[in-house]
Amino acid sequence: MEEEIEVKISIPKTLYEKLVKEAEDTGFKDIREFIIYVLEQLVETSDFEGEVMSKEDEEKVKERLRALGYID
Amino acid sequence: MVRPHGGRLVNRVVSEKRRNALLEEAKELPQIEITYERLIDVMDIAHGVFSPLEGFMNQEDYIHVLYDMRLANDLPWTIPIILDVDPVEIDGVKEGDDIVLRYNEKPIAIMKVEEIYGWDKKEYARQVYKTTDPNHPGVAKTYNRKELLIGGIIDLLNEIRHPLENRILWPIETRVLFREKKWKTIVAFQTRNVPHRGHEYVQKAALTFADGLLIHPLIGWKKPGDYRDDVIFAAYETLIKYYYPKDVVVLAGLLMNMNYAGPREAIHHAIVRKNFGATHFIVGRDHAGVGDYYGPYEAWEIFEEFPDLGITPLFIRESFYCQKCGGMVNEKICPHEDEYRIRISGTKLRKMIMERKIPPEYMMRPEVAETILKFKDPFVH
Repeated sequence: MEEEIEVKISIPKTLYEKLVKEAEDTGFKDIREFIIYVLEQLVETSDFEGEVMSKEDEEKVKERLRALGYID
Repeated sequence: MVRPHGGRLVNRVVSEKRRNALLEEAKELPQIEITYERLIDVMDIAHGVFSPLEGFMNQEDYIHVLYDMRLANDLPWTIPIILDVDPVEIDGVKEGDDIVLRYNEKPIAIMKVEEIYGWDKKEYARQVYKTTDPNHPGVAKTYNRKELLIGGIIDLLNEIRHPLENRILWPIETRVLFREKKWKTIVAFQTRNVPHRGHEYVQKAALTFADGLLIHPLIGWKKPGDYRDDVIFAAYETLIKYYYPKDVVVLAGLLMNMNYAGPREAIHHAIVRKNFGATHFIVGRDHAGVGDYYGPYEAWEIFEEFPDLGITPLFIRESFYCQKCGGMVNEKICPHEDEYRIRISGTKLRKMIMERKIPPEYMMRPEVAETILKFKDPFVH
């Protein structure tokens, strides 16, 4: 497991409550794990020449292009 | 790669997780049934074809587009993207409400109603089509639209199946594709026709200066006598197979409405192709024109008003076969008299195809003609 550092930041209470609500029934162990996941998704999202998409979405696009014979 | 119009590619297709929640929510909301043409607009907005638009236009953008051919933020935009409704359909709906746009009773999108406003259809026709003549197909459609307009952003909940859905690519897909192909300059060619030698000449002339060519047939409503969409695709596949180098062409369908708005629509077509990642756009003589409502070169001249378009128009003159030159040429490069020039007439070609005849090779590649003739009935009725 990658080394972790402790960072203390303040976030708006309503945002925190929304995150807690959002994390419910998602299978994450706790809110900390959920927030790490959300931040990872954000970092992995590319803004390439104005196209905002996650790596996962980009892979889906490539899959379709492959299926339709546009790329090998 | 060229950035989308306005800087960011719009994506209003809701994620799977949000979709389920919104579909539940949609059951409680007022519902409006939309036409097939508005359904296409919704799909185009959601998939970024109309970037930077995130929904149907509010009055401020509508007025700016109508009179200045620009959005309220001064970005070039020439065709209003508007949703028309009857007052009775939105009885009880007020600004700020969410409504559901349905097609064939299926929920398609949720729309946040930001504004409800009236419009003057005749003025719309005068500005957009430069005529109020109801014989103009775009004007006729305008007069048949409903009395009020509603503006607001949309969220797409459901896609609609299309018989040619495997031929349709959205802007994010062509952008990823061009990146994979490492193309930096891409020239887009708009068409609603099967390819004849004139089209091939124009495409190849443009391709000479670009890394790749996007052949982009418009899929949508067609008038009787036009070639069927599947015939157009088959004809182009044959042409590409036999007459284009490998890996320089992408053939993909564009699901979008046709307005026949001539010069204004030429700009619209160029903006849309920019969103697909094209850097250059071939503008035909009398592009998107109909009858004699527009001058033959009006669709070229209008580009002078848009130096900030962000896509380069290519004005390639109409080509013809010159018996003295011995090939396809255009007026700019052929010095010979008219008697040596054979012009390719779409009407003549259509007549030959209807009579199940193979046109002469200077008009159409024989392989292309044979492909078309394999269809029992290649025309729309």
